Amino acid sequence: MSKSNLTRRGVLKTGAIGGAGLALPTMFASRANAYTNEPTGSTVTLGFNVPQTGPYADEGADELRAYELAVKHLNGEGDGGMINTFSSKALKGNGILGKKVEYVTGDTQTKSDAARASARSMIEKDGAVMITGGSSSGVAVAVQALCQEAGVIFMAGLTHSNDTTGKDKRANGFRHFFNSYMSGAALAPVLEANYGSDRKAYHLTADYNWGYTTEEAIRSSTEAMGWETVAAVKTPLTQTDFSSYIAPVLQSGADVLVLNHYGGNMVNSLTNAVQFGLREAQANGKNFEIVVPLYSRLMARGAGDAVKGIFGSTNWHWSLQDEASQTFVRSFGTEYGFPPSQAAHTCYVQALLYADAVERAGSFEPCAVVEALEGFEFDGLGNGPTLYRAEDHQCFKDVLVVRGKENPTSEFDLLEIVEITPVDQVTYPPDHPQFAGGALGSCNNGA
Amino acid sequence: MDAIILQILNGLDKGSAYALIALGLTLIFGTLGVVNFAHGALFMIGAFCAVLLSRILSMSYTTIDETRTDFLGNPMQVNVPYAYDFFGEAAGQTIIEWAVPLAILFAIPIMILIGVAMERGLIKHFYKRPHADQILVTFGLAIVLQEIIKYYFGANPIPTPAPPAFTGSFDFGALLGFDANQILYPYWRLVYFIFAAIIIGAVFAFLQFTTFGMVVRAGMADRETVGLLGINIDKRFTIMFGLAAAVAGLAGVMYGPIYSPNYHMGMDFLVLSFVVVVVGGMGSLPGAVAAGFLLGILESFASMREVINIIPGINQIIIYLVAIIILLARPRGLMGRKGVMED
Repeated sequence: MSKSNLTRRGVLKTGAIGGAGLALPTMFASRANAYTNEPTGSTVTLGFNVPQTGPYADEGADELRAYELAVKHLNGEGDGGMINTFSSKALKGNGILGKKVEYVTGDTQTKSDAARASARSMIEKDGAVMITGGSSSGVAVAVQALCQEAGVIFMAGLTHSNDTTGKDKRANGFRHFFNSYMSGAALAPVLEANYGSDRKAYHLTADYNWGYTTEEAIRSSTEAMGWETVAAVKTPLTQTDFSSYIAPVLQSGADVLVLNHYGGNMVNSLTNAVQFGLREAQANGKNFEIVVPLYSRLMARGAGDAVKGIFGSTNWHWSLQDEASQTFVRSFGTEYGFPPSQAAHTCYVQALLYADAVERAGSFEPCAVVEALEGFEFDGLGNGPTLYRAEDHQCFKDVLVVRGKENPTSEFDLLEIVEITPVDQVTYPPDHPQFAGGALGSCNNGA
Repeated sequence: MDAIILQILNGLDKGSAYALIALGLTLIFGTLGVVNFAHGALFMIGAFCAVLLSRILSMSYTTIDETRTDFLGNPMQVNVPYAYDFFGEAAGQTIIEWAVPLAILFAIPIMILIGVAMERGLIKHFYKRPHADQILVTFGLAIVLQEIIKYYFGANPIPTPAPPAFTGSFDFGALLGFDANQILYPYWRLVYFIFAAIIIGAVFAFLQFTTFGMVVRAGMADRETVGLLGINIDKRFTIMFGLAAAVAGLAGVMYGPIYSPNYHMGMDFLVLSFVVVVVGGMGSLPGAVAAGFLLGILESFASMREVINIIPGINQIIIYLVAIIILLARPRGLMGRKGVMED
C-alpha cells in the first residue's frame, strides 16, 4: 500500500503551475495571432488596390489621389478635409488608434486575377490590415472574397453591380457606392416626368455581370411605370464600334435607347448613337431619347459633346453645395488643381469610414470593425444622412440623377444635377429578388 | 431590306479600317517577310497624331475672367487659343474644328519617319530570325509604344470630333425610296469609306504604275534576282515600311471621330487585321482589301438582333468562324499565292 503525499498546498501549487503551463501557448498564440496583420508597431498599413494600368487607369489615379489625401488627413496633415464635417468625432488626426497611417498600393489592372494577386501580396508581404479600392464589380467581388478568406476588411471602391452586396456579399466587405437597383429606382421617376410613361425602350447591355444587373434594374423600374422593353441586346465587352448594334434601333419601333455600358463601352456606344442621328430622330411621334444609367465624369469627358442632355445617375458630384462636399472639393482641388471624381469621393469616404470604425471599436480586429460599421448611421461625408445596413453591408443614401450639361463652363463641368432622389425611394428589402442568393456569412478575423 | 442595306453600309466603314490596316501589314509581310505585330500601334499613333495636332492648334494662353469663378471660388481662368489671335476668332475656331482632316498632312511625314526609324532601328535586325522572334519583338514594341502614348495622353478615350460640316447623318433610305429615318448613315463614315477607297487605289496605282512600284513588286516575287540586277532592294523595302506605316497612320487619323482615340485601340484592331490578312491570303494585297470588307460586312450582319436570336454569341465568333471555313476550303486564303509562308 502506497502512501499518498497529497497536501492542499501541493495541489494548489501543482494546479497553478500546470494551469499556467497549459494556458501559456494559448496566451502567446492569442497575442501573436489575434487576427491577420495585427499592427504591433507605431504604424498601421492600409492597402490601396486600384487600377494603375489598363482602361480605367485614369479613374484609378483619381482613387489613389483621394486615398493619399485621406491618409494625410488621418495623420493630421493638411486641412483635415471631411474629418471636420463627419458626424462621428472619433477621428482626431493622430492616425488610427494613435498609429501613423502608412499605405501600399497594388494594381488591379481591372482584371480579377491580377487584382486578387495584388491584394494577396499586400496582405501577405506588406501586412495590410485593410484592402480598399477598385473600379469594377468583377474586381470588387473577387477581392472581397479573397479578403473574407484572409481575414481582413475590404472597403469596396467604385462597384455598381447589385451582386457586390447581393449574391456575392461577404461579412468582411463593405460598399459605400450605390448600385444598379438604386440607379433604376432613382432614374425612373425622372424619366417618366421628362419622357412620359408611354415609351418603348431598346437596351444595349455590356455582356458581363454589371451589365446584366443594370439592365435588370432599369427594365424593372421602367416597366413598372409603363414603359415597354422592345429588345435587349448583349454587346461584347471588347466591342469598340457599336454601329452595327445602334443602326437597327430606329427600325425596331423603340423610342428610347438605354445604354447599359460603362467606361470605354459607354464612350463608344454613346458617341456612335449620337453620330447615327438618334438624338435628332423621331420615333412613334416622339423625340428619340438616350439614357445612360451610370454616369462618370471621367467617361463623360471621353464622350465629349455626345453627353449633352442625356440623363443618368451618379453617386456624388463635385457641384453639390452641402458643406461636406464643398469641404472635400476645396481640399482635393487645392491639393491637385481640379475637382474630384465620384470614384475619388467614394474611396476617400471609405478610408475615413474604416478609420472611424476602428477608433470606435478600439481595435483593428476585423470582427470588431464589422460590428462598428454594421448599422452605423452617419452624416457629413457628402451624401447626406447615410446608413451602413447591417444585413448586406450596403450604404443607403440619396442618389443623384444627372444630365449632360448643354453649356459646360470647363472640362470638369460636364454634368448637372437634376434631382437628388431621397434615400427612401431607393431603399429595398435585403431579400429583394435582384439581390437574392448568397449569404453574408460571419466575419473572419483570419490568422 | 432596309436592315440589310444598313448593315452593308456599317460593314463598309469597319471593313475600310480593316482593309487599310491589313493592306499595310501585307505590304510589310510581302516585301520584308516580317510579321509586324506593332502595326496596330501605328494605327493608334496615327489617331494620336490627330489628337496632337488638335492640341497644338488649340494651344492657348490664360486670361482671368473676374466676372466668373472656378470650382474653388477663385476668379475663372479662361483659355484663349493663340489661333484666335493669329487668324481671328471665327477663322481660328474653324481651323481648330478641322484638326482631323488637317492632321492628314501632319501625320504623313511623322508616320513615314516612325516607320523608317522602326525598320532601321529594330526590325531589320530580325529579318533572318524565325517568325516567332519577329512576333515577340514587334509585340513588345507595340506594348512599349502604347505605354508611351498612355503616359503622355492618359488612359481615357480622347474625343476627336469631325468638322461640324460632317457631323450628323445622311438619310440614305430617302435616297433609295424608303421611309425617312430608316437608313441613317453618319456623314463622317461615308467620308471614311471614300478616303479609304482613295488610299487603297493610290497604293495600288503606286505599285502598278511607277518604276519604284515595279521594282518593289519584282522584289516581292524574287528578292534575290532583283538584288543580282544591282538594285538596292533593301532601301526600297525600307521606304515601303515607311509607306505601310503612313497607310496605317492615316487610317488611324481619320478613325478618330468614329472611335475616340485611346492607347489600346491598336490592339483592338490588330488581331482582327491579322485574321483579315490570313483570310485574304498572306502577301496578297487585293486579298487583304477584299477580306477586310468581307469580314467587316459579315461582322455587321452577325450583330443583328435577329441573327443573335437564332445563333446566340455569333457576333463574338463570326470572324473566326468564317476564317476557319475559308481556310479549310482554300488553305492559302482567298487570293493567297503558292510559296508564300510555305516551306
